[in-house]
Amino acid sequence: MSLTHYLVLAAILFTIGAVGVLVRRNAIVVFMCVELMLNSVNLTLVTFARATGTIDGQIMAFFVMVVAAAEVVVGLAIIMSIYRTRRSASVDDANLLKY
Amino acid sequence: MTPLAAAADTSVSLGTGEAVVFWVLAPVALAGALGMVFSRNAVHSALWLVTTMLSLGVFYVVQEAPFLGAVQIIVYTGAIMILFLFVLMLVGRDSSDSVVETLRGQRVAAIVLGVGFAGLVGAGIARATRDLSAEGLGDAQGGSGNITTIAEALFTRYLLAFEVTSALLITAAVGAMVLAHIEREPGTKRTQKELSRARFLTTDRPQTLPGPGVFARANSVATPALLPDGGLAEDSFATGIEPREVDQMPRPTGREQLGNPDNALGTQDGAAGGDAR
Amino acid sequence: MDTVPADGLLSASWLLIALPLAGAAVLLLGGRRTDRWGHLLGTATVAAAFVVALACTLQLDERQVAVDLFTFIDSGSLDVRAGLLFDPLSAVFALLITGVGALIHVYSIGYMAHDPRRRRFFAYLNLFVAAMLLLVLGDNYVALYVGWEGVGLASYLLIAFWHERPAAATAAKKAFIMNRVGDVGLALAIFVMFAQLGTVTYEGVFGSVGLLAGGTVTAIGLLLLLGACGKSGQFPLQAWLPDAMEGPTPVSALIHAATMVTAGVYLIARSAPIYDLTETARTVVLCVGAVTLMIGAIAGCAYDDIKKVLAYSTVSQIGYMFLAVGLGPVGYAAAIAHLLTHGFFKAGLFLGAGSVMHAMDDQVDMRRFGGLAKKLPVTFVTFGLGYLALIGFPFLSGYWTKDAIIEAALDRGGVSGWVLGGVAVLGAGLTAFYMTRLMLMTFFGKARWAPSAPGRPTPHPHESPSVMTAPMVLLSIGSVAAGFLLVQAFPLVEWLAPVFGEPEEAEHVVAPALVGIAVTAVMALGVLAAWLFVGRREVPVVAPERVSVVTRAARKALYADAINESLFMRPGQWLTRALVWVDNRGVDGAVNGMAAALGGSSARLGRAQTGFVRTYALGMLGGAVLVAGALLAVTAG
Repeated sequence: MSLTHYLVLAAILFTIGAVGVLVRRNAIVVFMCVELMLNSVNLTLVTFARATGTIDGQIMAFFVMVVAAAEVVVGLAIIMSIYRTRRSASVDDANLLKY
Repeated sequence: MTPLAAAADTSVSLGTGEAVVFWVLAPVALAGALGMVFSRNAVHSALWLVTTMLSLGVFYVVQEAPFLGAVQIIVYTGAIMILFLFVLMLVGRDSSDSVVETLRGQRVAAIVLGVGFAGLVGAGIARATRDLSAEGLGDAQGGSGNITTIAEALFTRYLLAFEVTSALLITAAVGAMVLAHIEREPGTKRTQKELSRARFLTTDRPQTLPGPGVFARANSVATPALLPDGGLAEDSFATGIEPREVDQMPRPTGREQLGNPDNALGTQDGAAGGDAR
Repeated sequence: MDTVPADGLLSASWLLIALPLAGAAVLLLGGRRTDRWGHLLGTATVAAAFVVALACTLQLDERQVAVDLFTFIDSGSLDVRAGLLFDPLSAVFALLITGVGALIHVYSIGYMAHDPRRRRFFAYLNLFVAAMLLLVLGDNYVALYVGWEGVGLASYLLIAFWHERPAAATAAKKAFIMNRVGDVGLALAIFVMFAQLGTVTYEGVFGSVGLLAGGTVTAIGLLLLLGACGKSGQFPLQAWLPDAMEGPTPVSALIHAATMVTAGVYLIARSAPIYDLTETARTVVLCVGAVTLMIGAIAGCAYDDIKKVLAYSTVSQIGYMFLAVGLGPVGYAAAIAHLLTHGFFKAGLFLGAGSVMHAMDDQVDMRRFGGLAKKLPVTFVTFGLGYLALIGFPFLSGYWTKDAIIEAALDRGGVSGWVLGGVAVLGAGLTAFYMTRLMLMTFFGKARWAPSAPGRPTPHPHESPSVMTAPMVLLSIGSVAAGFLLVQAFPLVEWLAPVFGEPEEAEHVVAPALVGIAVTAVMALGVLAAWLFVGRREVPVVAPERVSVVTRAARKALYADAINESLFMRPGQWLTRALVWVDNRGVDGAVNGMAAALGGSSARLGRAQTGFVRTYALGMLGGAVLVAGALLAVTAG
C-alpha cells in the first residue's frame, strides 16, 4: 500500500470519465462524467499534498471544487436553455457547428 | 545518511487501517464510475456518481484532508448532485437515453483510446512515483488543525485568488439566472380558463393526451398507452423514442378460458353427424 | 568629308518632315470638316515639301549637314538624339519622294474623286511621305527605324484602304506580317550595334565599326539585309509585294514601286561602310539580288493581272538594285541611279495602269483588255514611254541605268562576274518579254472588253481627266530624260561621291559599247518573242489550262506562297495548336488541377468537422494519449 495506489485509482477514474464523455449522448450524463474527471484530479491533488507535506495541494483542490460548482451552475443552465429550444438534451442534436 | 533515507525517516507510514479502507472503497469508487457510464437511466447515473464521490470524500479524510472530505460530501455530493437531479427531472427522459451508438466507430475508438490512456498514464505514474513516500502534513499544520491551516493559507497567500473566486461565483449565479430565465411581460400569463378556451377553439383535441392505458404495467414516457383492443395509442408516443413492445398483462379472453363451446357442450361429433346425412 | 552643323535654309530641313506630318494630323484629327479641301491640303503640303527639298539641295554644296533637333531617348548609356542628316544621298531620296509623291498626290485627286474616304486616303499618303522622309533624313539608325515602321504602318493602312474587300484586308495583313520578319532583323541589327559599339548614329557606327570582329560585322550586315529584304520585297520575303496591289493604284505607284520598297536599297547603300568590311554579307546581298531579279522576271511573264505584272517587274528591278549595291563601291551610284529612274518610269507605268483600270471599270485582267491605244491616247503614249524606259530601249532612262549595273556586274570579273552579268542580261530579256506582252495585251489587238461583273454594262473606255494625265505626262518626261541626265549630263556618281567616295576607274572586262549592243539585242529578242507568242495570235479570253510546267510554276510565282505556307505557316500553326493544347491541358490543367485538388481535399477534410462534440472530444483524447505516450517514451527512454 502506497500513495501510488491512490494516483493509479485517480488515473483510472479519470479515464472512465473521459470514455463516458465520449460514449454518452445525454448532455447531463456527459456533464456528470466531467465532474468525475474533476474529482479524480482532486484526489491526485490531495494525495500529492500529503506526499510533499504542503497544504497548497488541498487549497488547489478547494479552488477546483469552487470552480466546478460555478461551472455546473452555468453548464446546467445552458443545457436547460438548449433543451427549451430544441426539445432535446442530446449532445448529438446540437451539431450545427460543422462543414 | 542518504537524503532518501532521511526523507524516509520523516515520512508517515501508511498504516494497515488505511490499506483496508483503500481496498474496500477503491472498488466501490470504480464500480460507481463504471455504473455511471453504463446506466441507461440518467438518474441511476447520478446515483452511481454519488457513490463514487462519497468514496472519494472518505479518501480525502483518510489522506489528512478532513475539511475537503467534508466539503466533498456536503457541497459536491449534497448540493451539486442535487442540482443535477433537479435538471434531470426538468428535462425528463428522451432519445438521448438510447444506448444505440449513432456515430460509427465512436464506441470502439473511445474504448481503445481509453484503455490506452489509462495504461499509459497508469504506467507513467507507477514508474514515476515508485519511491514516493508520504511526507505527511504534520509539519505544515504545525499543531493547529487542518481547517486552521487551510484558512491561514487561503486568507493570506491565496487571498487574491479567493476574492477572484467570489467574483466568479457571483458571475456564475447571475449567468445561470440569465440563461434560465424566460422573459415574459407581467400579466401575460394566461389563466386556466383562457387556456381551455383556446384549446377548444384552435385544436381538434380538447382532451388530454392518452395515459398509460388500461393494461399497462409501466408508466414511463417510453411506454405507449394501450387502446382497449390491446393496440398502441399513437397519440401517446414520445418524440424520438421507438415505442417499446408493450409488456402487458395477460388478458382474459373468453375463448381461451372457456374453450370451444362445442367442447363445453359435448356436441363435438360433427363428423359422425355428417356421415349420417 | 566632315559633317557640319546646318545653317541658313538647311537648318529648316525639318520642315520636310513636319509639313506632311502636319497635313496628316490636320486631316486625321479634323474629321469630316476637312472633307471638302482635304485633298488639296494634302497635295499642297507635299508640294511645299518638294520646294523645300529642292531649295535645300541647291544649298548643299558638297557638304553633309547635320540638324540637331532634340533628345529623343536618353536612358543610361543609350542616348538617341533626334537629328537629321542632309547629305547628297538623303537629298536625292528627298527629291524623289517629294517630287514623285507630289505628282501622285495630284493624280490621286482625280483617281479618288468618287471615293467617300478620299480625305483619309490623303491623310495616309501624307503620313507615308512624312515617315519616308524621316527614314531617309534621320542621322541615326533609331530614327531610320521609326521611319521604317512608319512607312510600314502607312503601307498597311493603304493596302487595306478598301478593307471591306477581304482580299485587300488579307493582303494588308500579309504585308504587315512579312514586313515584321524583316523589321525584327533590322531591330536586332540595331541592338547589336548598340551592344557592341554603344552608339546608333551613322557617324558613330561607321567610325568604330572597323574595330569589331569580322563575325559581328557580318552578323550586322546580314541582319540589316534581312530588314532590307522584308521592306523591299526581296527573296525570300518577296511574296507580299504583288498582293499589296490590292490597294488603290496611286498607292502601288508611290509606295510599292517608287519609294518605300526602295528603302532596302537605301538602307544597304547608307550602311555601305559596314558592308565594305564584310565580303560575306555583300555576297549574300548579291545573291539575293540575282535570285530576286530572276524570280520577279519569270513570275512577271505568267500573270494576267496588269498590276501584278508591274509588281513583279518592281520586284525584279529592285533585284537589279540589290545586285548593284552588292557589287560594292562601283555599284552604289548605279543602284541609286536605277532607283531614281525606276521611281519615275515605274510610277508612270502604275499611274498608266490606274488610268486603264479607271477606263475599264476597275478590271485588271489583261485578257479582257485589248485595243485600248486609240481610246486612251495620252495613257498609251505615256505608258509606252515608260515601257520603253523600263525595257531599256536605247537612250531612254532604263537603258542608261540598267546598262550601268550590267557593266558593273561584268566588270567584277571571273566566273561570278560572268554569271551575274549573264543573269542581269537574261533578266533584261525577260523584262522586255513580259512588258511587251503587257503592252500587246492591253493596247493592241482586238477589243476583248466584257462587263466587270454580271449585270454591269460593258465598259466604254474614255481618257482620264487632265488632273490624272498631267502627272503621267510629267513622269513620262522623267522616264525619258532622267537616265541621260543622271548618267551622262550630271553624273550621279560625282554627286554621291561625298557619301560613297570617288569610284575608281574600273577595268572593263567587256567594252561598254559592246555591252550596250548586247543588251539591246537581247531586249530585241525578248520583244520579238513576245510578239511571236502573244502579238501574232488572238489572245484567249480565258487563260489556257494546258500549259508547260514552267508556265504553271511561273503563274504560282515559283510557288513562293506554297513554300512559305508549308515551311513557316503550317509549322507555325502546328506549334500554335500544340502550345494552345499545352496551355489548356498543361498549364491550365496544373492550375485548375491544383485548385480542384485543394478544393477536393479541403472538402474531404471539412467532412471531419461533423459538428458532433463527441467526435471532437475523441480527437482531444487521442491527442492526450499521444502526449502521454510521448512523455512516457521520453522519460523511459
